[in-house]
Order: sequence, then structure tokens, then C-alpha cells
Amino acid sequence: MYAYDELDRTLINERVSEFRDQVKRRLSGELTEDEFKMLRLQNGVYLQLHAYMFRVAIPYGTLSSRQLRQLAHVARRYDRGYGHFTTRQNIQFNWIKLAELPDALADLAEVGIHAMQTSGNNTRNVTSDQWAGVAPGEIEDPRIWSEILRQYTTLHPEFSFLPRKFKFAITASAHDRAAIKIHDIGLRLHKNAQGETGFEVMVGGGLGRTPFIAKTIRPFVHGSDLLSYVEAIMRVYNQYGRRDNIYKARIKILVHELGIERFAQEVEEEWRQIRDGALKLDDSVVEEIRSRFTYPAYEKLAHMPDELRKAAHDPHFEGWRRNSVFPHKMTGYAIVTLSLKPVGGPPGDATADQMDALADLADKYSFGEIRVGHEQNLALPHVARRDLPTLWKALDKIGLATPNVNLVSDIIACPGLDYCSLANARSIPIAQELTRRFSNHDTANLIGRLHINISGCINACGHHHVGHIGILGVEKNGEEFYQITIGGRADENAQLGSLVGPAVPYAEVADVIEDIVEAYLALRANPDELFVDSVKRLGVEPFRERVYATR
Amino acid sequence: MPLVKNGKISDDAFVHVADDAPLPPDGAILISAARFLEDPEAISRRLGKTGVVWPNNRDVDDLVPYLDRLAAVALVFPTFRDGRAYSQARLLRERFLYHGELRATGQVLRDQFVFMLRAGFDAFEVRKQADAEVFAQTAKRYSVFYQPTGDGRVTALNRRMQLRHSESAGL
Repeated sequence: MYAYDELDRTLINERVSEFRDQVKRRLSGELTEDEFKMLRLQNGVYLQLHAYMFRVAIPYGTLSSRQLRQLAHVARRYDRGYGHFTTRQNIQFNWIKLAELPDALADLAEVGIHAMQTSGNNTRNVTSDQWAGVAPGEIEDPRIWSEILRQYTTLHPEFSFLPRKFKFAITASAHDRAAIKIHDIGLRLHKNAQGETGFEVMVGGGLGRTPFIAKTIRPFVHGSDLLSYVEAIMRVYNQYGRRDNIYKARIKILVHELGIERFAQEVEEEWRQIRDGALKLDDSVVEEIRSRFTYPAYEKLAHMPDELRKAAHDPHFEGWRRNSVFPHKMTGYAIVTLSLKPVGGPPGDATADQMDALADLADKYSFGEIRVGHEQNLALPHVARRDLPTLWKALDKIGLATPNVNLVSDIIACPGLDYCSLANARSIPIAQELTRRFSNHDTANLIGRLHINISGCINACGHHHVGHIGILGVEKNGEEFYQITIGGRADENAQLGSLVGPAVPYAEVADVIEDIVEAYLALRANPDELFVDSVKRLGVEPFRERVYATR
Repeated sequence: MPLVKNGKISDDAFVHVADDAPLPPDGAILISAARFLEDPEAISRRLGKTGVVWPNNRDVDDLVPYLDRLAAVALVFPTFRDGRAYSQARLLRERFLYHGELRATGQVLRDQFVFMLRAGFDAFEVRKQADAEVFAQTAKRYSVFYQPTGDGRVTALNRRMQLRHSESAGL
């Protein structure tokens, strides 16, 4: 965990008092809605269909139990008793009142949480691997660099009014859990031949109506040059990114229009002039940030404790353990993923009571730490394996032990037309129906790893382009229709999915998905061939034939 | 529109001269980039200071050869949401070491004062009288800054390092 110091605390308190003044001026009419809009967006406040929506940042997906309790408090005190975890390590509250927002922000500031730049045309929350610092084989903890980037991008005086939003993601593992290739800047931490830390920098990824997978702009940027290189990219973008058309304003369009080589030249030219300046990161500066991170004092524990051996006789426990428990870098410990995708529930929602109960469990079993992943699930990152059976029972009691992690019912979905003013179609009820269709966990295990992503409009908050199965809501003659793609993925082999056939009406979506899954079961080379690999091997055609032949 | 300079509302020494209006023989003028670049030599020979309003979609590189003869450069925020002039300002101050007046024009509002100060602006054509009146206290809204710019404010990182050094020196 990163611990705020006096300076970090001062800054977020200053931000809260500034926003309190801005809200006051809006309520008195001194600020027009046009003037206020960007200011509230920069504090995470959207105007949605029914109310203001409030998006709070969980930088690089790390939360303390104290912070989680405060999120529960905000859900209870200012909202309707629940929150919604998003695909970018944020939490959203859907029913907040404008006049109470400054108080909610002040309550969050007490525990070092803010909502700065969770929307608006600026750099958004810096996201990372939710297993950072605990994943086996990780090169080093990417959160140190994430925090350096968080500070660098917060209230940046030059880049707070960019052509469009700007998102960073960072990973330090071979397997990318942070979806870095669909970000404006994706950073893959690795070491050069001299053993020095640096980054492969990728640029211009993003979904929305013109999806692109990010391209590598530089295979290795030394850690000490990270900020100057990033500043060079952002400066080029701030000056030359398009501002005439909101749909062409992301950096991906600039990169595409210039071509990656020319764009890289522009960046290189700019970087040459600033790389030895004030942004250079000495080792001592990096160490200063690193020193503010605390790590658990792990015990020496057995890999296979008696408690675990005994519990293995319980098929329910075993089913959950095989699905939701993952290897940890320390012997005797495990990472436990908590599915926020119960059968029939809206993906990513957690109640205030669940958050409080989970905070207690984190204190008891995970050194007071909780993680949030882009799949809209939570994790306890440091659980002693001997505690797994007891933890499982406690999680089951609060509805956080659904053993469907990475399976067909572990669906990523945006809020859709139930909440969002941009949406063309509903997302949540589609997800709910699919979790009911695939509620049998044995069947789901037979199907194996399969990611379904649902977006209620072309803005793609549900990342449908990179779902193994992607579902996109569109509007056709006043009715909700859904385009379905297959073969997308968001990991280190990121790829956009391909359309499997014509759009289908709301009532038929679940049937079509079932047919696609059945087609896969019939077509796969063997039970170990994942859905996405079958699509890669066979292409879309055999799926189209089977699913659409009778439609 | 009130002008804020040196932190307070001030008289504007410069006269905005439209492209089709004749240039006054003396006195400080603020003219468009296009007009200035038509004949920079002739304009520089005038009695009185010259200021140029530089558009936000043209590289400041084109202005650099003339910086030493300009008393003011005015950069433009067509709306406060268009942030190109922040980059131009930092380049003028930090790369091209321009020391004259750097003026923010257009939709200049209270809530951007701190960003503008940090980018190097020192004069502000403020849209609203009420915003101009609270300039001084608004400029002090923040005391912590994460990024180094050319404005000399000490960054949080540097303050931490200083603190650490003084601690280790036993002070």
C-alpha cells in the first residue's frame, strides 16, 4: 500500500475545498452549466439519466480495508447503499446529490481517496495489474511507477485540457492483466541487458467507435526517462490531436493519421529537448516513492497445510478453490479473486454491507488489503492457504464466493441504458439473463475460460471489442439490437473481435450466445482448447454457419 | 474585460488593433500574428511596444526569431476547454526563454488561473469582473504541486527529498 504523506493529503484537501467553492458557485448561478460541466467532470461527476453519477478513483486497483469501509460509508450516506466497480479500477455511485458531493469528497479525502480526473479530457486514473506485487514471476512491483505516474498526471498544468480523455495502464508481468494494449499509453515494465528497469511504451490503443490495438513506439525507455518520454508524447498530442471532431480526438486517431513512424519521430524530437531536464527520475526519487509502500510481513508457511487437505473433501469448497484461488509469489499464500458476478446480479455491483464485511475479512485474512481488477471483480491479495476454508465460508455468507471467475458468467458490462445517458441499449439485463442461462457451474467449467463483454453503446465501456464474445447494443428503428463479435482478447495477444452475423433483437441475444457456445463445444479440437483459440484456429465462418443457419 | 497583471487588476498598456485598422504611430499595440508576420521589420521600427496575438493552432517556432523585439505575446483560449496554449506558453518560457509579458486571452476563467500561472502566463484578460477580483486568493488555492514547470514552484518530490536530506543530516 502507498501511504499518503502530508503533501498528498494537503493537495487533495485543497482540491476538495476548490470543488466545494465551484459547486457553491454553480448552485448560486454564478457558473453556467457549460462552465461547470468540465469542472465537475474533472472531479468525477457525470449527469446521467436519473441523477448525478460520481466516479471515484482506486489508483492501480489497491484499497486498504479502511478505504473500503469509507466507500461503504459513502454508498450508505450519500447513495442507495451500493456501488459499481468499473473496468478501469474506479467505483461509481449512481444516485448522488450535487449539493452533497463536496461532503462525500471530503469524507473520502480523510482516507486518501479522491475522484480527480476520473472523467473529463485529461489523464484518467492510472491502472495496473490487480495482482501487482504478489503475482509469481513479476519483474518488480509496477505500483511504484503507477504512483509516480499518478502524481505526475494529477492536476498537470499543461495537460488538463487535452483534445480528449487519456488513459494509462501498466503491467510488470508476462501475462497482461491490465489490458495495456487498449490504452492511450500502455507500459510494459521489463529490464534491459544491463538489468536496468524500463518500459516498452505502447501508444494509441483504445476502443470506442474506432478501435485500435496500441502500437509500440519505443521498445525500451529507461525508468529514469519515463516522465520526460510521457511528457513528450502528451505535448505532441496536446498540440496536434484533433479538436474539430470529438470522435476523432483520441490520440489513437492522431497516431493512425500520422502513422506510428512519423508520430514516433515527432515524439523523439520533443523528447530530445526535455529528457535531461527536471523530469529526470534519479534512483533516490524512485526510492523515496518506493519507501512509502508498505508490504506485509509474511510468515513461513507450508504450501499444503492440514486445513486445506481436510477441506479438499468438500466438493463445494474444492470447486471454489480451483476456480477462484491463484498462486502467490510467497509459499503458503494465495491470491483469492472474489466474483462480483452472482447469478442474476448486475456485474460489478457491491453493497455497502458487503464492502464492510469484506473489509473485516481483509483485516483478518489479507493484511488489510483489497484489490480491484478491470474484470469488475475484487481480490484479497495475501491470504494464507491454511485460512482458505474459513475464508470461503465467510465469503459465501456475504455472497462473494460465486465460483465463476474467468468463466462464461463472469461477464464484464457497462451500466447501459438503465443508468447511462449515452447508451442505446440495456447491458445489465442481458448480463443477468446470461448468468441465469449459465448458472450451472459444472457446465461453465466444461466450457472453460470464456470472457463475455457487453457495451450498451459504441463508446465501449464494457470493452466488447476485446471480449472473447463481445456484445454491443445499438438502436435500430427505436428498438434495442445487439451486434455480436467473437475472437477478441485484451491480454498480451490483444485482438479485436470479428462480427459473427447480423445484429439480433434484445430477446434473442441469450439464445445466440448459447448457440455460439454450443458451436464451440462441437468444434473445439479438445477440451483444453479455449474458446478464443478455437475461433483463432477456425475463423468466424464455422460459428456463423452453425449459429445463423436456422435464423 | 479586466486585465490582471502582477496579481491585480491593472490598466492595459496595450491597445488591441484590428487587422483592418490603421496602426497608431506610437504607443503599445497588440496585433494579430498574420499582421505582424506580414512585415515584422516595419512594425518593429514603430515607436512603442509591440505585442502579438498568437493563434493556438500555429507552432510558436514561427514566432521565435522575433521574440527579443516583442514586449507581449498573447495566447488564445477560444474556449477554456481548448488547452493548446498551455503547451505554447511553456515552450515560450522554458525552451525559448521568452521573458516578456505572456498574456492569456479568450475564455479566461477563475478555475484555470493556477494552471495558467504554472504554465508561465503573467497577464490575464479575464472574462468576468468577479473572477478578476478574486485573482490573488484564487492563485493561492494550491500549495502542493506534483509537476516541475518553469514557474519555479518546488515540486512535492523535491520537497520530500529536501526533507529527507535535512532529516538525515540531523537538522
